[in-house]
Amino acid sequence: MSQTVADPRLVAARAAPKKRMRLSWSDPLFRAIVWQIVIIGVVALVAWYLISNTIANLDARHIATGFAFLDRVAGIPIGESLLPYNPAVNTYGRALLIGVLNTIKVAAIGVVLATILGTLIGIGRLSTNWLLARLTAFYVETLRDIPLLLQLLFWYTILQGLPAPRQALHIGSTLFLTNRGLKIAELDWQPADTGAVVAFLIGVCGMVLWSRYADRRQDATGVRPSAWPVALLLLIGLPVAIWAAMGAPFAIDYPSLRGFNFQGGGTVSPEYFALLIGLVTYTASYIAEIVRSGILAVPKGQWEAAGALGLRNSEVLRQVILPQALRVIIPPMTSQYLNLTKNSSLAVAIGYQDIVSIANTTLNQTGQAIEGIAVIMAVYLTISLSISLFMNWYNARIALVER
Amino acid sequence: MSTSIAASGHAATRERPPIGSVGVVGWMRTNLFGSVWSTAVTLALGYIIVRVLFAVFEWGVVHAIWSVPYGKNGIPDTSVCQNVKGVGACWAVLADKYRLILFGRYPYDEQWRPAIVVLLFIGLYVVSAMRRFWRKELALIWVVTLALVAILMWGGVLGLPLVTEDYWGGLPITLILATFGLAFAFPLSVLVALGRRSTKLPAVKVLCVLYVELIRGVPLISVLFMASVMFPLFMPAGVNIDKLLRAQIAFILFAGAYLAEVVRGGLQALPKGQTEAADALGLSYWQRTGFIILPQALRLVIPPLVNTFIGFFKDTSLVLIIGLFDLLTMGKVALSDPPWQSFSTEVYIGLAVIYIAFCFAMSKYSRNLERDLSRARNR
Amino acid sequence: MSAPAIVLDKVNKWYGAMHVLRDVSLTVMEKERVVVCGPSGSGKSTMIRCINRLESHQEGQIVVDGTELSDDLRSLDTIRREVGMVFQSFNLFPHLTILENCTLAPIWVRKMPKAQAEELAMEYLSRVKIPEQAKKYPGQLSGGQQQRVAIARALCMKPKIMLFDEPTSALDPEMIKEVLDTMIGLAETGMTMVCVTHEMGFARQVADRVVFMDRGEIVESGPPNELFENPQTDRLKLFLSQILRGH
Repeated sequence: MSQTVADPRLVAARAAPKKRMRLSWSDPLFRAIVWQIVIIGVVALVAWYLISNTIANLDARHIATGFAFLDRVAGIPIGESLLPYNPAVNTYGRALLIGVLNTIKVAAIGVVLATILGTLIGIGRLSTNWLLARLTAFYVETLRDIPLLLQLLFWYTILQGLPAPRQALHIGSTLFLTNRGLKIAELDWQPADTGAVVAFLIGVCGMVLWSRYADRRQDATGVRPSAWPVALLLLIGLPVAIWAAMGAPFAIDYPSLRGFNFQGGGTVSPEYFALLIGLVTYTASYIAEIVRSGILAVPKGQWEAAGALGLRNSEVLRQVILPQALRVIIPPMTSQYLNLTKNSSLAVAIGYQDIVSIANTTLNQTGQAIEGIAVIMAVYLTISLSISLFMNWYNARIALVER
Repeated sequence: MSTSIAASGHAATRERPPIGSVGVVGWMRTNLFGSVWSTAVTLALGYIIVRVLFAVFEWGVVHAIWSVPYGKNGIPDTSVCQNVKGVGACWAVLADKYRLILFGRYPYDEQWRPAIVVLLFIGLYVVSAMRRFWRKELALIWVVTLALVAILMWGGVLGLPLVTEDYWGGLPITLILATFGLAFAFPLSVLVALGRRSTKLPAVKVLCVLYVELIRGVPLISVLFMASVMFPLFMPAGVNIDKLLRAQIAFILFAGAYLAEVVRGGLQALPKGQTEAADALGLSYWQRTGFIILPQALRLVIPPLVNTFIGFFKDTSLVLIIGLFDLLTMGKVALSDPPWQSFSTEVYIGLAVIYIAFCFAMSKYSRNLERDLSRARNR
Repeated sequence: MSAPAIVLDKVNKWYGAMHVLRDVSLTVMEKERVVVCGPSGSGKSTMIRCINRLESHQEGQIVVDGTELSDDLRSLDTIRREVGMVFQSFNLFPHLTILENCTLAPIWVRKMPKAQAEELAMEYLSRVKIPEQAKKYPGQLSGGQQQRVAIARALCMKPKIMLFDEPTSALDPEMIKEVLDTMIGLAETGMTMVCVTHEMGFARQVADRVVFMDRGEIVESGPPNELFENPQTDRLKLFLSQILRGH
């Protein structure tokens, strides 16, 4: 009987009245406003003092302000860049853009490799084999006790101690390790290859759609249609078909020794390589711990209960363990990705020209220190804000619903 | 009947576990050879480890050169080392350069002062780690020790000759940056953490959020650059802040933001009932924060605080990039001396040993502490 | 004649859009013992937490010991000194000893000298029958002992009114009696008490009046025997049938 009547607390007859403030020191709202005005006033005063000093100093040294320098010719030689670049022609703006791309180049690949390595080591830490567990523990502990900068210098020294191109270490004629970098045989990239990659991505979208269809079929009939034939068709058959249709080109550019260095093939510079190895090994040690604690965070009872229900190990992992483990793993993991990106700024110490290095050169050449540092901070803040936003979205989406 | 059986069959009533499942052999069977895969891994890893250890032993001990002869003007003759390069380590570089690496360009005769400073810092860490000293007096110990450090490094009083900051270098700089950084950043971080949780003063909360997110979003390098390049612009003409102070301020600002997040975690972990009970008793905001909230929250976050400090200790090495002479920088400076230029591996290993000594001790301490504290809490 | 200790007059409170206290009016005289009961979510905890401003009401008037409760900080300080509260989860300060828990507020709020505060604390600890635990830490005590310390801690401020928010709900059954006995002893000294509880036996023994709340409003109120024997409204009948089912 009382259930059919609506809960009067939810179907409120009136809304809450607004609060009014009294101008008296014992009114908390008044006090709060006064304090805030005082604090903001102090901060503003200090800021004004610093800014006026800065303006005076910049004037005295005849340093320009503003970002007009972005259109001036750079004159900064850049060793490796993803965009065509000529120091005598291109602007500071382009040089800085190349710096950003260089940072992304090392951060993106570093993140992928560090995740793979870190996950393997993390799982190794949990192994029943005592030797493997101790060895991985030793790896994690040691790498976390040495400053990253020292590790980078160490790797760079090792890579510079590699033999000259004439005595290069090599695997067949495809991979050469020298003190001028890593030379690999590269696929001669044609439009057909781009077509194949696009077809692969379309195939991935197709797989996502197919798996939704498969979910519906499973809900309706209890039987899940097998994925393998469709995967084969979409992920392999389609790209191959497109590639063949566009001429099936296949040419490999082998590095060959001409004079004192190799020509052809792809190059991985020693600076990039050292930075990558250093960042990946260092970050992997942190990721290993995150993965380990994520897996340990799932109570053993979950394995037991799922197994007792008759689920196979792979299903237990996919449906019960991983969702819970990933909840614990992903937040600190993205934090490590951000750390790796920030740590890539140490590139300036070993000569890899990332955004910090190029911005530093720019501010030394133009004298505009504030703008240079602002550029660096803006780039990194954008990256970290994007990662934070993703984290918040992800956390909200997967949060366990609690009372 | 039963007694006679018992008397004669005593071996049968006291069964022992099979020999292969206990003791050393048993342990090895479970942990090293528990399955086919495990056996394979043990053999592969074992082989690799033995090979590596032998190689390292040969390079580092057997064929190593421990000292080199000195020429007429005190210039070392490193041809012996060059000859065994790749085969034997040249530890002579450390023997020759250890004072430069550890103490920088500090005047030779006065180097006992930075040596004592290093011992004072180590003593300070040890004392702070012991739980019996976790009282208000600890703050006093910190103030006194840091004052002593300042007096010893600078001199100019008590008959000690004056040594200005540009001559300081090496391990004392690393310790100074890390410890003074922590000492000043900690109170700052507590205020920022409290400010960030303030519901009544939204302006303060916004300021604190901006500060923390700005600093945590950018690399330490950029904060150091900012300090090194922009601070002189902030000061009125003629006022000069020396490089060490600029780097120190940068570290304090940087550490403050990270520590603030750690402290905030502790504040959030405290049950709301503590605040309510304090309010019900009539305590004011600062009484409640000082007597009830902070003592509990800070105790909760000591392990993450120590871990953050280990991170800063390692981060001091970044001053290499702005030209300040800490331990790592002095290592590189030592290597710029022509006779020793090709022996960077040995110097880097020496530096790594020092960093590992400090960081491993702190990290072990933090793990033990975490274990003890969580055990006490879950009684 | 005794004066009103607490007056709630048409008090309304909203949590966002949810109207959790609806026109609640209640008068508690000095030395009166009132028990508040009702189903969960009825607003009974919210109501007594409004009395010492742990929650704030948006409409209506609350007058405690002659002082009106509002945002005014000075009035708040005055009221919190005269009103003591005992919580369901005790909320003792785990990093202080029992003695320090009890002397903290008298020293810092009533500005009492330390020796005098300690004497006072020992007196109340004896009253709740655990003086020997004074130097121990809360973590070393049982739940029942902790709650008795919480009562002593509140009494050390010499309040005129004591509020109890489900003081025995978090206790193991064998410890409920010792806390209830302490509360009965307190009632016998003439303390004004407002108690939210499910312990009907306690209500029958001690309460001058029982107030039944449901869905944010006071539905019935009266002497315990009348209320329990002759419930007037359907809602109270339903509630009584639910809680008496287990007995």
